Amino acid sequence: MRVNWRTMASLLAVLALLLAACGGGDSASEEAPASEASGGGGASSESSESSGGGEVSGTIEIDGSSTVGPLTDAIAEEYAEEQPNVQVNVGISGTGGGFERFCGEGSTDIANASRPIQEEEAQLCEENGIEFTEIRVGTDALTMVTSPDTEGISCLTTEQVAKIFGPESVRNWSEVNSEFPDEEIQVFAPDTDSGTYDFMVEDALGLEESTQDYNASADDNVIAQGVQGTPYSWGFFGFAYFTNNSEGLKALEYDAGDGCVAPGVETAQNDEYKLTRPLFIYLKNSAVQEKEQVAGFVTFYLETVNSVIGDVGYIEAPADKLEESRQKVQTLISGEDPSADGSSESAS
Amino acid sequence: MMAVSTPQREAEVAQDALHAPDDRGRRERGFEFGLLIATAVAVVVLAVLLIDIAIDGLPFINSTRFTEYSSRFPEEFGFRSGITGTLSLMILVGLLSFVIGVGGATYLEEFAPNNRFTRFVEANTSNLAGVPSVVYGLLGAGVFVFFFSLGRSLIVGAITLSLLILPVIIVASREALRAVPNALREAGLGLGATPLQTIGRQILPQALPGILTGTILALSRAIGETAPILVVGALFSRRSDNVPWDIDDAFSALPIQVFDLVKRPQAAFQEQVAPAGIIILLVLLLLMNSIAIYLRNRYSRSS
Repeated sequence: MRVNWRTMASLLAVLALLLAACGGGDSASEEAPASEASGGGGASSESSESSGGGEVSGTIEIDGSSTVGPLTDAIAEEYAEEQPNVQVNVGISGTGGGFERFCGEGSTDIANASRPIQEEEAQLCEENGIEFTEIRVGTDALTMVTSPDTEGISCLTTEQVAKIFGPESVRNWSEVNSEFPDEEIQVFAPDTDSGTYDFMVEDALGLEESTQDYNASADDNVIAQGVQGTPYSWGFFGFAYFTNNSEGLKALEYDAGDGCVAPGVETAQNDEYKLTRPLFIYLKNSAVQEKEQVAGFVTFYLETVNSVIGDVGYIEAPADKLEESRQKVQTLISGEDPSADGSSESAS
Repeated sequence: MMAVSTPQREAEVAQDALHAPDDRGRRERGFEFGLLIATAVAVVVLAVLLIDIAIDGLPFINSTRFTEYSSRFPEEFGFRSGITGTLSLMILVGLLSFVIGVGGATYLEEFAPNNRFTRFVEANTSNLAGVPSVVYGLLGAGVFVFFFSLGRSLIVGAITLSLLILPVIIVASREALRAVPNALREAGLGLGATPLQTIGRQILPQALPGILTGTILALSRAIGETAPILVVGALFSRRSDNVPWDIDDAFSALPIQVFDLVKRPQAAFQEQVAPAGIIILLVLLLLMNSIAIYLRNRYSRSS
């Protein structure tokens, strides 16, 4: 029997070794997280020898919106080439979940958000003594879609959208607008947990609640399929889901009072298309000021974001907003520790 | 006709049923055919699923998927953080749940007095096996992440998954222990061996094949779980590897990565990268199962 127990132990050991071999490639970056608990501890010791903006190390904890997550991850992908010893952990708990960790637990340095922070959330931050800075990084155009077989409908006004998606729940196109065909409306939209839903109902339509009578899904691809297969359907989601399914979908124009505008990169950027939502990252001020790796990452984020945002499927933030974001970060970094300026310059 | 039932008579009836071309024979064959269909449905569905995933994913499996971390480009996307995370979880969950599960089962089966408390514990372990996995995630988040302040670390993920499968392992291990003939216990004790010696050297090795089978099935379930580790904070993306001894580290896992990929807007992520991730997860599972089956066979032979 003894032999057998030993076999088992050695097999386990072999497995463990295998794993070690797998991970052996970058032992340097593995050492780094050891200083995770102390946060900037590891970074500051290195910064003394490389304040010129050389290698930094440490961990950056990020969580929040699953919409912004892939964008932040794309930046982290690029950043890893410049600063291989900085470990960026990106979670996708959702915008609300991200703020819960950011303000409630204080366990993240950055919160990804696909909507502005809500009052209660900001209050929670204040209670816990967490000062934060809102940074605009990009834009997403909410796109209303229907099936390509839908005829006679190409543009909706805010009031008409509110009729369909508001508590009124109008389910016949001719009741939305007498010029529209007499056909039943099938609605496919994100479920109530999603930031996309929140933005449509509260920010775009200014409503308190939405219709209950619609096909809700957490997966935008399911919405795309539903709309695609149903003539006279109506649905909405992020712009990327339209561009990736554009063959089977027809985008509807949106009229916020100044005429019909089709969703698109240009119309969203020059603010003609009004159904856009901002994408944010929220920075914990103390993290930016005290952790060199966070300051470096955020600076890098704003320099790189426009070159990767198209790949992820979103739209560049307006130039002035982005400039404003850069200013905010600069002030934040220089506000307390002027020596950190060196690293941000050299990163450019 | 069935009034007198001797073994011989029964055998004759069975013979008749098999050979005589009467109604009863047809019914027997119909029944057998029905059972065959039931087996086929299970196997065919599994085969279709595996073939479908293989067709989707195999062309997109290459070394990049193993050596690289996540990427915004589908062709450069790698599952390295998920693979190392899942492997580390597997090892930790295996150790934790095996030691605790078999220990608990041995106590309940071999030592526990038959009183109300024991019966209460028994009833609860059986019930716990049916609790939805996300509930364990909430438990893990509430108790370990916050109450014990362990953070969103590898060890919390491993403990949560271990708790999830402990009831299954305990139930399976008890069945296996119960199947060991009582004569062995009596012989061991009769020859002057202590209970520890009897159980450790005679009973447990006898029961081990059964225990391992239960553990394999339970572990396989744990490794594919998404909900509980999502709740305790498994990351979608990291750019470093998990190792089982760095239990404080943040962690990622393959199911989480696949879960996120299928929701991406880009078709290539849903149709190429996600199936590749599923195949890698399946291969890891098969690898783990084959190690366990190898161990089980060794024990079956030696005992």
